[in-house]
Amino acid sequence: MATPALKPVAAGAPPAERMRRSYLNADYSVASWLLTVDHKRIAVLYLISVTVFFILGGLFAAGVRLELLTPKGDLLQADTYNKFFTMHGVVMVFFFLVPSIPATLGNFLVPMMIGARDLAFPRINLLSWYVFILGGAFALAAMIFGGVDTGWTFYTPYSTSYSVTNVMLAAVGIFITGFASILTGLNFIVTIHRMRAPGLTWFRLPLFIWAHYATSLIMVLGTPVIAITIFLVAIERGLHIGIFDPALGGDPVLFQHLFWFYSHPAVYIMILPGMGVISEIITCFARKPIFGYSFIAMSSLAIAVLGFVVWGHHLFTSSQSVYAALIFSILSFAVAIPSAVKVFNWSATLYRGAISFEAPMLYALGFIGLFTVGGLTGLFLAAIGLDLHVHDTYFVVAHFHYIMVGGAVLAFLGGLHFWWPKMFGRMYPEMPARVAAVIVFIGFNLTFFPQFLLGYLGMPRRYHAYPAEFQVLNVMSTAGASILAVGYLLPFCYLLWSLKFGPKAANNPWGATGLEWTTPSPPPTENFAEQPIVTAEPYTYGTAEDLEEVSVA
Amino acid sequence: MRAYDFPLFPEQASTMAAQVDYFYLFLIAVSLFFGVIIAAMLVGFSIRFRRRNPQDVGHHIHGSTLLEIAWSVIPFGITMVIFAWGVWLFFGFSRPPDNAHEVFVVGKQWMWKLQHMEGRREINELHVPIGQAVKLTMTSEDVIHSFYIPAFRMKFDVLPGRYTTSWFEATKVGEYHLFCAEYCGTEHSGMIGKIVVMEPAAFEKWLSEQPPAPQPPGHPAAAAVSAPAGAAASPVAAGEALFTARACATCHLPQGGGLGPSLVGVFGHMVKLSDGSEVLADEAYVRESILNPTAKIVQGFQPVMPTFQGQLSEEQVMQLIQYIKSLDKGAPASGQGVAQTAPVGADSAS
Repeated sequence: MATPALKPVAAGAPPAERMRRSYLNADYSVASWLLTVDHKRIAVLYLISVTVFFILGGLFAAGVRLELLTPKGDLLQADTYNKFFTMHGVVMVFFFLVPSIPATLGNFLVPMMIGARDLAFPRINLLSWYVFILGGAFALAAMIFGGVDTGWTFYTPYSTSYSVTNVMLAAVGIFITGFASILTGLNFIVTIHRMRAPGLTWFRLPLFIWAHYATSLIMVLGTPVIAITIFLVAIERGLHIGIFDPALGGDPVLFQHLFWFYSHPAVYIMILPGMGVISEIITCFARKPIFGYSFIAMSSLAIAVLGFVVWGHHLFTSSQSVYAALIFSILSFAVAIPSAVKVFNWSATLYRGAISFEAPMLYALGFIGLFTVGGLTGLFLAAIGLDLHVHDTYFVVAHFHYIMVGGAVLAFLGGLHFWWPKMFGRMYPEMPARVAAVIVFIGFNLTFFPQFLLGYLGMPRRYHAYPAEFQVLNVMSTAGASILAVGYLLPFCYLLWSLKFGPKAANNPWGATGLEWTTPSPPPTENFAEQPIVTAEPYTYGTAEDLEEVSVA
Repeated sequence: MRAYDFPLFPEQASTMAAQVDYFYLFLIAVSLFFGVIIAAMLVGFSIRFRRRNPQDVGHHIHGSTLLEIAWSVIPFGITMVIFAWGVWLFFGFSRPPDNAHEVFVVGKQWMWKLQHMEGRREINELHVPIGQAVKLTMTSEDVIHSFYIPAFRMKFDVLPGRYTTSWFEATKVGEYHLFCAEYCGTEHSGMIGKIVVMEPAAFEKWLSEQPPAPQPPGHPAAAAVSAPAGAAASPVAAGEALFTARACATCHLPQGGGLGPSLVGVFGHMVKLSDGSEVLADEAYVRESILNPTAKIVQGFQPVMPTFQGQLSEEQVMQLIQYIKSLDKGAPASGQGVAQTAPVGADSAS
């Protein structure tokens, strides 16, 4: 719990001086940003980078959805279409969803929420951003030089022996980017263990921190496996030594085991931080302590642990033994329980609250709705007899978009709106923000709900052309996607607008609890003028005395 | 055709379809149950407990262990019901009945090649009789494909280097989509076939017709496959011809005593291996023994068989298997021909 000593300059400066100097205006040079070791600046660098990747991935999605307006593959060539959905997947999964919340909100908030001046390893944190950018550069190169067409899952032997696209470049990109994830996870784990403010015991931690702790465990334990797997693909592609190629004695399904051993837990890398965000928002806008704090905290860890033993549910149709399928099925149902516990606890938190509906809260409520649909449809897929029908159809596409987009993206947007005043010291206009949240929710459901029906009707995923009877539902889905795009575009505009024209934000505009709200908006480089000391439980909304107890001692 | 109505279910055209649909409806009911509870909590509490005065704060309620246990245990119980039901269906899918009509499926970028036990071949079309189980033995010549018939609610991956099996029993005459469900490259979405379900009599008639073998356009290799035994020979006959042509018969003498074990009456039985273990002589074992002969040596024999890896197409391996399958103890497939035929040609693999 050693917190580095604060800079004497900051501690000694007069209060007014401290108020004016923030991490944003501490220095204006480009070098001061590119060589910064301030976790808040690195968070901003990440925010800009993942936004660029989100726009890129969104453009590919637009291409995919437009193509599917008509049953004939008339807009894009088959090859082009295959590259579009592949790059949509690669960019969104590896370069947006995985880093989005941990690398932006997590980077910004983990030290502040625990009362620390920075992460445990500030330089490694900067390194992680450069590693991320380098990986991104390879992925971009793969796109510029003709794209990849293997699907983001890179299934062998297609990816190793048959695809003639830039599999190598994309693989190298993902391999490198994985290390950014590992470094971030490592940094969080050490920081949370070692740098908590005096009095901030484990069960006084904000749930956002618990969620990031669980996420970091997955990042550190899971990511090396995907790195090894992708490396094996590269070796097999380059040297044909027979790891996955059955003609050389390899096993084509081995890849799927290795891939999903990471990529299933990776879903929780995307969603657990989101759950942390939602826990913070719900308590704040209901103005009451979260219902079942320790159950929510422990369910994060349970999800992280169970997430590692359910990968086989991606392989029910690929000739694993009947008994393996059975085990993976029952474990998959087990992981549903901690998720259900969270949803019930969030809902129960609203009971006898004093609820207001600012934009972050609308996103949070939307998150619970969409995550519930995503979670319940997960039961359909975990049930092996039914999975034989819906596996690899649009039912799966709808399900994981409900979890990964409905969950992770809504939580990201909610969190961004919630902490935006803290991060940039400006308020955004409330009305457009609420409208955007509602548009995103409606557009999202219109896009992805028809896909459940499409999937049960039997439309396989990754189809560039399809039988005519699937058209109506596809047109609905594409129409929904256009609405969703408007919903994404709005925050992009008014948040940028707010940076210059937004009214100055108060230190704690929502009346929230938590150490990050006790420091100025935007925070000074050293986060806290004085070492905070924590003497109370988290989320002590309610009495004035409680509020004082959490504040800086 | 049906572009403007809203079908919510694909047609039910197999014995499993209705069962899967009941299960699906049950899951929808469960989802609605929880969905309604959660929506009622979210919407109800949001209205009832909205903030009326900016200074309002919520009540201090930290939790309730009783409630936590309730909403852990009840969902767990329900998921276990779903699990058991799903497993029961899955077992139904994984055990083909004994009297099934057998079809071999070879997936290939980007077509389905199918052959009935009786010899008739098809490309991207599969004719099957109504009311009889059809067992599929599937493999791929290149990448992973997946054999998917929505109307039958069945799907199974088709893997290179491995046999997978699945089965169905059609219950309704008609034509149904056959999709490739595992992404397999450029023409993935064009790898669409159709299943034609026929009345048994019509099917028998169809099966006994001998039209020219379908030639996939632009795939000369596929044509070569069928060459040795004539276009429409049964897999058993084709396999027998291969067995002779590839000189298998010089070692695997029907009465035993050759360099390799006799293959008569072996299929479907346990075989003792040189390391003392036993293995079931099924399709996968025979295939492995042809392509990787030293992997599992039969007790009492030396590992001297050459590999046929890369020398036989998947269809030829299947034909050999069918021939070996036909070698019953009582009635060797076509009498004495096998053992006495001299190796044909110097191309015999070694």
